[in-house]
Amino acid sequence: MKIIFLITVLFNFSLNSNQALAKNFIYCSEGSPSAFNPQIVTDGTSVNATANTIYNRLVEFDAGTTNIVPALATSWDISKNKLVYTFTLRKGVQFQTTKYFTPSRDMNATDVIFSIDRQRIKSHPYHAVSGGNYEYFDGMEMGKIIKNVVAIDPYKVQITLSKPEAPFLANMAMSFMSILSAEYADKLAKENKKQEIDQLPVGTGAFIYQSYLKDNSIKFLANEKYWGKKGNIEKLIFAITPDANVRYQKLKIGECQFVTEPSPADIADMKKNSSLTVLEAPGLNIGYLAFNVSKKPFDNINVRKAINHALNKESYINAIYMGSATVAKNPIPPTIWSYNESVKDYEYSVDLAKSFLKKAGLPNGFESEIWTLPVSRPYNPNGKKMGELMQADLAKVGIKIKLQTFDWPTYLKKSKTGEHQMIQFGWTGDNGDPDNFLNTLLGCGAIAAGSNYSHWCDKMFNKLVTDAKATPDVAKRTALYRTAQKIFKEQAPWVTLAHSTSYRVMSKNIKGYKIDPLGQDIFTKVIVE
Amino acid sequence: MKFFLRKIIDLIPTLLGISFICFILIRLIPGDPVLLMIGERGVDPARYLEMKKSLGLDLPLIKQFYLFVQNIFHGNLGTSIVSKNAVWNEFIMRFPATVELGMFALFFATLIGIPLGIIAALKRNSFYDYFLMGTSLIGYSMPIFWWGLILILVFSVKLGLTPVSGRIDLLFDIPTFSGMMLIDTLQPSVIHSEGFAPFISCFKHLLLPATALGTIPLAVIARMTRSSMLEVLGEDYIRTARAKGLSKTQIVYIHALRNALVPIITTLALLFGSIITGAILTETIFSWPGIGRWLVQSITARDYPVIQGGVLIISFMIILTNILVDIIYYFLNPKMRQG
Repeated sequence: MKIIFLITVLFNFSLNSNQALAKNFIYCSEGSPSAFNPQIVTDGTSVNATANTIYNRLVEFDAGTTNIVPALATSWDISKNKLVYTFTLRKGVQFQTTKYFTPSRDMNATDVIFSIDRQRIKSHPYHAVSGGNYEYFDGMEMGKIIKNVVAIDPYKVQITLSKPEAPFLANMAMSFMSILSAEYADKLAKENKKQEIDQLPVGTGAFIYQSYLKDNSIKFLANEKYWGKKGNIEKLIFAITPDANVRYQKLKIGECQFVTEPSPADIADMKKNSSLTVLEAPGLNIGYLAFNVSKKPFDNINVRKAINHALNKESYINAIYMGSATVAKNPIPPTIWSYNESVKDYEYSVDLAKSFLKKAGLPNGFESEIWTLPVSRPYNPNGKKMGELMQADLAKVGIKIKLQTFDWPTYLKKSKTGEHQMIQFGWTGDNGDPDNFLNTLLGCGAIAAGSNYSHWCDKMFNKLVTDAKATPDVAKRTALYRTAQKIFKEQAPWVTLAHSTSYRVMSKNIKGYKIDPLGQDIFTKVIVE
Repeated sequence: MKFFLRKIIDLIPTLLGISFICFILIRLIPGDPVLLMIGERGVDPARYLEMKKSLGLDLPLIKQFYLFVQNIFHGNLGTSIVSKNAVWNEFIMRFPATVELGMFALFFATLIGIPLGIIAALKRNSFYDYFLMGTSLIGYSMPIFWWGLILILVFSVKLGLTPVSGRIDLLFDIPTFSGMMLIDTLQPSVIHSEGFAPFISCFKHLLLPATALGTIPLAVIARMTRSSMLEVLGEDYIRTARAKGLSKTQIVYIHALRNALVPIITTLALLFGSIITGAILTETIFSWPGIGRWLVQSITARDYPVIQGGVLIISFMIILTNILVDIIYYFLNPKMRQG
């Protein structure tokens, strides 16, 4: 008995010591960042640990929206021919002072040029550092879009494009366009330690990197000299916790104040807990089933329509997404501008499905395959189970489905070469621009790039989305995209399944956090009460 | 002497064989690290080839293997595709965490397992025996991830006795010295500024993962001790000892246990492998930054150099443990010295 008593005393003694310190913010994140430079990472985990804490961009997305607001640039001019963007830089912005670097000057045009040219120019002294892959920069085709970057004066940067590109400004607000210090880069180059630029970061952001223990924690301190508005966090700690259930338990007993990506099954329980705040917002994503239209019988529009009518999407929302999603009718989520409300979805009807099959000359159905998503993604948390529901739905109209799946790398490889017939896929938007869905996933050019999984190339649709890309006028673009969505629905290269809801859960004393439509976690303005 | 030399010479072809099998196996699993980096996004075919080339994955397999082996002889295990760090640096950064967890788990397993085995053997076929062996069978069959979550729910959430996960309270800043937190928290500078609170915090963080990881070894050790003790207790020399009128304690602890320990030590060495496998799950649940999670992550990311390098180091260590056991054997068992 005595021993038990002693142990209990010992435990309580050190438990209490945790709670005495205020203004610390512990964030239960789900994984380790792959590097500390947003230029060379693409995953949300790494972006949260770098772009949203340490760094800033010339322009940024306003908190909680995809609207573009000034950041390190206070204003910008676009030339009449839509090719030249001139950014005026903010004066008096200091790079962070860390154990490994003390800046001697303010941020200026040299830093901007360094940050862009490292990714853009193959012969740049920093290009090949850490492998030389700028996945995001290349994925958004920034290398092709930007023709030249020059400084007009220390606080004016002029970027010339090779063709008019409406989503350019949105791209400039993305994580990989973060501004790094050229002075720090020069220092490292002299010391022959170039690769440290990607591991020991120096930025202009609200938090200063302090330490990182892989798979365990990342620690930041507030940047007292931050140029913008910020909350009151003094110590920001990422507690890396890969298991969603464990994250929830940690939140419950106060080991962290904020959890990312809770498991949908726990949401109801979390909402009941009076010491927690649950925020939800429609995610910037789409889950879909793509038909490979280059294969029979999916080249036949009536077959595609029949399957659109045969699937009971409403039933998937509860069974697969635990209610945390909405049925999708367009390929872009309703939070993106130009979303076409007037598009009518294919209603669930076995009779209509059968009649379309008859029109297609397949009254008795056919046999086919559906590839089910092997990983859990917000846009489709359980591909296999959804596949089983689809199998049952399609059996009712006489289509016999074999379910097939591979591990994620194989799935990607085989689907990019078009080996599938029907395949579950999805997409999470990068910059809130409709082009990032409609052109990236359904444009003719995306077939060769491997992100158009239905291999669908419709001349009219493609003309609309390419024209919209070259038009900076938002009203005109909206009209073009709305028509494009109509054509998409009529041609039915996909079954649009769902837009998932994204959740963030935090302790009641956390204020000022806005859930981000791009799915990132930004704590700059958070207040710990 | 000849005996040890032969063991060490055997090491080289074994390691080469392991590297080759591992090298081929990971390339037989379909999937491609470059495509994985790209994800749902598309890529220009020319750009794709360029990326493959930059990682050296465009070379013929034989050439890749040759370069891998050549680099090993130069003391270079390769560079991670994902983090761009040297594999050896990544390994050495994480290994102390796994050692700390593994040692603690084995310590826990031995400390409880051996006495349980002895009790079961002495009270053979009694209620205690059936109860202990039944429980150990349950312990052996429990899936670690489930058991780990149950431990968290009971001890952390319901009773509030232990932290949920992690290695130490994150508000402490402990300078790295050995990489083993229990030791690092005892550095004079830490004690000077924070007292013993970091050490206690670290100890508490170890309890649940070590219990989860140690449960299977505990069951194995208990059962092994029981059967080994039973065998020894039936030997002639024990009967002689009894006839001489030695006390029960002397018989059990000096004559029986010492001889029964030989197979138990072999078991402990074999458990080293199972500790590494168990660590993979335990480390994931308890957010423990060791080599188990490192390997799993590198497999899902198809980080070839990390898998090759990691497997090579781990197999080297497992073989080395076995050689060590042979050496201990050599001293424990006089018969081997004569042969």
